[in-house]
Amino acid sequence: MDTLLQQIINGLIQGSLYAIVALGYTMVYGILELINFAHGDVVMVGALVTYTVFSFAAAHGMSAGPALVLAVAASIVVCVPLGLFIERVAYRPLRRAQRLAPLITAIGVSILVEYAAALIWSKQYLSLPELVKPTPIQIGGASTSDLQIAILLISLLMMGGLLWLIKYTRMGKAMRATAQSHDLAGLMGVNVDQVIAFTFALGSALGAIAGVMQILYYGIGHYLMGFMLGLKAFTAAVLGGIGNVQGAMLGGLLLGLIESLASGYIGDLTGGVLGSNYRDVFAFLVLVLVLVLRPSGLMGQKSGDRA
Amino acid sequence: MSALLEARDVVKRFGGLTALSEVSLTVERGEIFGLIGPNGAGKTTFFNVLTGLYSADQGAVVFDGKPLSAAPHQAAAAGISRTFQNIRLFANMSALENVMVGRHVRTHAGVLGAVFRTGATRAEEAAIRSRAAELLEYTGLSARAGDTAAHLAYGEQRRLEIARALATDPKLLALDEPAAGMNATETAGLKKLIERIRADGVTVLLIEHDVKLVMGLCDRVAVLDYGRKIADGAPAAVQRDPAVIAAYLGGNAEAAHAP
Amino acid sequence: MRLPASQAGKLAVFTALALLLAVLPFGTEALLGRSWVRVIDGALLFSMLAIGLNVVVGYAGLLDLGFIAFFGIGAYSYSLLASPQFGLHYPFWVLLPLGAVVAGLFGVILGAPTLRLRGDYLAIVTLGFGEIIRIFLVNLNRPFNLTNGPQGITLIDPIRIGGFDLSKTYEVFGMKVAAVHSYYFLFLLCVIASIILSLRLENSRIGRAWIAIREDEVAAKAMGINTRNIKLLAFAMGASFGGVSGGLFASFQGFVSPESFKLMDSIMIVCMVVLGGMGHVPGVVLGAILLTALPEGLRYVQPLQQSLFGRVYVDPADLRMLLFGLALVLMMRFRPQGLWPSKRREHELKGEA
Repeated sequence: MDTLLQQIINGLIQGSLYAIVALGYTMVYGILELINFAHGDVVMVGALVTYTVFSFAAAHGMSAGPALVLAVAASIVVCVPLGLFIERVAYRPLRRAQRLAPLITAIGVSILVEYAAALIWSKQYLSLPELVKPTPIQIGGASTSDLQIAILLISLLMMGGLLWLIKYTRMGKAMRATAQSHDLAGLMGVNVDQVIAFTFALGSALGAIAGVMQILYYGIGHYLMGFMLGLKAFTAAVLGGIGNVQGAMLGGLLLGLIESLASGYIGDLTGGVLGSNYRDVFAFLVLVLVLVLRPSGLMGQKSGDRA
Repeated sequence: MSALLEARDVVKRFGGLTALSEVSLTVERGEIFGLIGPNGAGKTTFFNVLTGLYSADQGAVVFDGKPLSAAPHQAAAAGISRTFQNIRLFANMSALENVMVGRHVRTHAGVLGAVFRTGATRAEEAAIRSRAAELLEYTGLSARAGDTAAHLAYGEQRRLEIARALATDPKLLALDEPAAGMNATETAGLKKLIERIRADGVTVLLIEHDVKLVMGLCDRVAVLDYGRKIADGAPAAVQRDPAVIAAYLGGNAEAAHAP
Repeated sequence: MRLPASQAGKLAVFTALALLLAVLPFGTEALLGRSWVRVIDGALLFSMLAIGLNVVVGYAGLLDLGFIAFFGIGAYSYSLLASPQFGLHYPFWVLLPLGAVVAGLFGVILGAPTLRLRGDYLAIVTLGFGEIIRIFLVNLNRPFNLTNGPQGITLIDPIRIGGFDLSKTYEVFGMKVAAVHSYYFLFLLCVIASIILSLRLENSRIGRAWIAIREDEVAAKAMGINTRNIKLLAFAMGASFGGVSGGLFASFQGFVSPESFKLMDSIMIVCMVVLGGMGHVPGVVLGAILLTALPEGLRYVQPLQQSLFGRVYVDPADLRMLLFGLALVLMMRFRPQGLWPSKRREHELKGEA
């Protein structure tokens, strides 16, 4: 089996999921300069809703296709209001508060969502019923599946869609204006509250779909799965240049590749001293390195204030 | 003895915008030097380069015979202290504490001294306190020593910034629009204070929009326009300079007179 | 707290407080049982941690979300040098200061590359750092066995002062003084020392510099404060409080494992500081005591649910976390200055930026 190719494929697939989640962080940061700690947990909710739908579907003999459609719909229906609710109740009242306050609130919201999920879904690791049966595909010496290819393609499609939305639609222009300056955008007739709410809704919808794909990819969900995923997606956003949408996409894919290659080869590189159990360390190292060497990220403007 | 401050061909760019374009000027010891110009002419940018908040893209600043490095805390240590156009006090500290922070750069107590309250630390702390009280007296703020800075009146806040800056024992005091927002009485008081500071041996560099104040106070002035120095010399001569008149009338007429 | 103005009154309050603190563990044991004495011991350890984090968050205004890592570093440096793990048995008076130094060093190592960044990045990096330390503690049983992996380190030496072993039970004036009591007094001394230390730092040249940075970093720089070094100092000082309490924790428990140093513990210390009142030492101690006692109180919720609904809907541990999360959100919304704020901080956090 070709390890290098295999690691690249794995990295790209996980990376595309990082990218989708990173978009949620970067859009909100671009507009509010707030790290929405709870975004990873919104993704978790999307994943666990999928678990519930699949369990229901399996019990009622539903086939994979309708179950998938239902799962995506249900995740969006749950996650979008959740994201809107978080913005409205927790962040909006603090929009002009001193810096630490929204950050601490964000942590509080994240804990609330996690433990509310623990109440609903328990603290067990939840195995997704095997409704979707992936067909293995061999590429070069590496193995993947139709499911994984689909995840990659859907992620890329969503990114393309988002870019189009931001560039060409009225709402997208309003988002860009608001990111520049709330006050000026307001003067230009942009409803800033509405734009911010829309950003949260959009980020949550992307997060919901990322959650569906994440649990399909790994087959396991857990009420704390959003934490590491969120931390890594945030790293991806910083790597690409926080606030920059294309940057988040590039950062996500890159981080997935780095992580996959690093944990795949660290054993060989260190003569077996360090193993893939250090996987989660790499994202963090990337984060620190980027912040130290190029805080504006790969595609960010070199603005002192942003860093 | 050489000039106190010598800026040579200082260039500062922000992206495509050249905020300072080969600005050279010399401030002699003991003078009050005015830096004027329309809004956006680069005056505050020059201050920020001078005090190390920005690093110059080209050119050099020599202060007191030594080149300035681009770190704000080193500028203060070298003897340049400043106030800010939009007042930047430590809003929730008392007036006295604000000035005490200004003594930081001239004092030495560290963690061990603080923890063990050594004799040296206590003596230093007492000296900081009495020097700060002196400076509040000097700026006419003694009565407000215990009040939170944010609760001071606007003119008092401006003077507190000056007291805090003086606490660093500066050779050069750089004032960024100290009279902005002051009424005539307050401005007159400020003028006296600045003259007294100079009489006590501190060189003053002043950015000001209030042309009357500048002309009455400064020994020499330099005029910036679009990041270039267009004139410098005695106030009366500069006032008659056609380039200056054009800059003010053609550029921003409102800036020629204080709001 | 309003103290009587006269000296005599102050003395009376002081004496009463000292007496109360002296009989507290015994009274608690008689009334509520020994488990509550352990809770008090825990509250004291957390008070020390909260006082340490307060230096970083409260004074210097830097949000550290991985503070428990320094506690872990302190606990492990004590454990490795006073247990059968390597057959080393150094005395506590070497190990506790060492724990402070090692944790402080880690604080500097973490802070050096990141402190020039804006606050929210720092929060994320410290959060990651906390997790990384834990991952290392779990995995450093290979290539050679440093930390003994997830099993942790056992049989850690108790603290011995002269011939007095704090883990043993002694009889003093006819009263049985057990380990929980001896450690109570040791921890109490440490907390009092921490409070004095912290207050002295606050009212010093260094403390003023920290607060100045929190208030306005640009102005602080212009006043000649080397903000980077002074922030690093805050990080190192805060971390060293964590290191010492980690050492105390290890000797008290006799056992440490990576399980004790999780993200949620970091969050809990942040909660203590925020709830009590950032920047105000008495406030954060109050926060630490409240948040240590609260989960214990929540244990009674379980039988209550059982009797009311016939089943347990919410596990008390989860309920605790839900309440923490809710408390953070509500505090920031309605009382950001905390329950017992310092005068200065009250203005700042109530006001708008």
